[in-house]
Amino acid sequence: MKTISDLRAKFITGDYTPVDAVEEALAVIKEKDGNIHAFLDVYEDALGEAEKATKEYKEKGKDIPPLLGVPIALKNNILVKGRKATGASKILENYKAVYDATIVAKLKEAGAIIVGATNMDEFAMGGSTENSAFGPTKNPVDTERVPGGSSGGSAASVAMGAVPVAIGTDTGGSIRQPASYCGIVGFKPTYGAVSRYGLMAMGSSLDQAGPLTNTVADAELVHDIMSGLDKMDGTTIDKDTYPELPVKEKYTFGVPKHFLADGIDPDVLQAFNDHIELLKKAGHEIVDIELPLFEQGLASYYIVMPAEVSSNLARYDGIRYGHSAEGDTLLDVYEKSRAEGFGAEVKRRILLGTYVLSAGYYDAYYGKAELVRKKMREELKEVFKKVDVILTPTTPTPAFKLGEKSDPLAMYKQDIFTVPVNLTGVPALSFPMGEVERDKKSLPVGVQYIGPHGSDSKLFAIGKTIYDKRG
Amino acid sequence: MLGFMKKEDIEHLATLARIRLTEKEKEILPEELTSIVSYVSTVSGIVADDEKATPEVGVRFNIFRKDEVTNASDEFTEDIMAEMPSAEGRFLTVKKILHTGD
Repeated sequence: MKTISDLRAKFITGDYTPVDAVEEALAVIKEKDGNIHAFLDVYEDALGEAEKATKEYKEKGKDIPPLLGVPIALKNNILVKGRKATGASKILENYKAVYDATIVAKLKEAGAIIVGATNMDEFAMGGSTENSAFGPTKNPVDTERVPGGSSGGSAASVAMGAVPVAIGTDTGGSIRQPASYCGIVGFKPTYGAVSRYGLMAMGSSLDQAGPLTNTVADAELVHDIMSGLDKMDGTTIDKDTYPELPVKEKYTFGVPKHFLADGIDPDVLQAFNDHIELLKKAGHEIVDIELPLFEQGLASYYIVMPAEVSSNLARYDGIRYGHSAEGDTLLDVYEKSRAEGFGAEVKRRILLGTYVLSAGYYDAYYGKAELVRKKMREELKEVFKKVDVILTPTTPTPAFKLGEKSDPLAMYKQDIFTVPVNLTGVPALSFPMGEVERDKKSLPVGVQYIGPHGSDSKLFAIGKTIYDKRG
Repeated sequence: MLGFMKKEDIEHLATLARIRLTEKEKEILPEELTSIVSYVSTVSGIVADDEKATPEVGVRFNIFRKDEVTNASDEFTEDIMAEMPSAEGRFLTVKKILHTGD
């Protein structure tokens, strides 16, 4: 297991250099990625940067940027100047980014070395990476199973040992769910904490970028580098937007028991109950909470998200960049480019979004869904008066097999615990809580810690105590 | 019935969304979308009919900057033009949309 702090300690002593780290990352990718397919693009020229970083460690020793020489991977919906940014879609198959996303600029500034772009569901729509136009990613824990999604390639790149950290994006669980399936840490920040400038927009009122790592401490380090006010993204917040929350010794955890009553795998529930026992033993308080709207909230997500998808993806029209089909008229060019460029799930969501936004239906769907969201935020606010953290399993089941879920609705219901977090804009951390056995293989399952708006640092503090320092 | 979709409805949506569907897609999509729409219609049972909401997106504030040029002339032009499917000189070419006479 690779961690940033280990790497950095070695880089400083010089026993192991950024060149070694990048060479090792490339070697792991070469050895395993033919089978796993976590990467859509591998940057062999990263070695040049690694040489520079190695030299800098020799010359300066300790006084160097926090991620200098650390190999990282980025989901391919994040723009890196001069590199292909495909969103795992045929419509952007040959598109090269013309600028760096704000988070990329920050990661580069901190010295990180980007070794490749990771696979994902097309335009981040899906929960298995099977919707990638370039073929699915396999779960390194069990290659018959999906790594989750949509940031499945990012999760797999960390789980297969190629990189200590990969960046993903999360619109309804796309960082936390693959983290859970692959047995690693994933973090979805408070809405607005991280700039989306240079990220391919999916659901703009929901999207956030965050880290996938092996430890909570690494997730915190990388999140702190990426976050902050950005004049290029008017939804970004700063540290003073929400009140700072005190870090304590003992916390109150709320468990929505009614929410866990059905639809959840018995083994996952067992692992979750074991986790609760562990918290009790450590002296934390566990209380029952009611979140009736969270249960019903998933439906509103499948209105709001496709509505925003249909608007955001209107830009891919075959005119200014990306795939362009031949056509007799302008309308022909639009319709054919989009027909050839988009996959089935993307088309489905665009049509669904077009439907819920169309005249006569707007109030019945989008209007109602926004009202549900508002009520969910109010419900949550009340609950957070009583508890510090809300606890749920990250997903109702462990990773499923490739090709197992062909019904879109069945796939959507994997998001039941993660989606309310995006709908309300609060932060959530997922880390492994245990393992369940399937076909004689141990599969990891994650627990989700949900905090109030602005509680990002507090979630890291709790996560470090409970996960990083586990026995 | 709200939410029940026929082939013609899908064709209309596809035109609005600027996606040309194949015959096969036109056969599958009505059923798929009807099942999703009937599921999402459950939102209407959660809140009262007369309640209205203004969409809220996080915390919003205005960002102002001085009205001055922040990039050098042509700084990005070449890179952006390199991505254009069809260009002439410094122009993006598109299909003619106004037809006169003929």
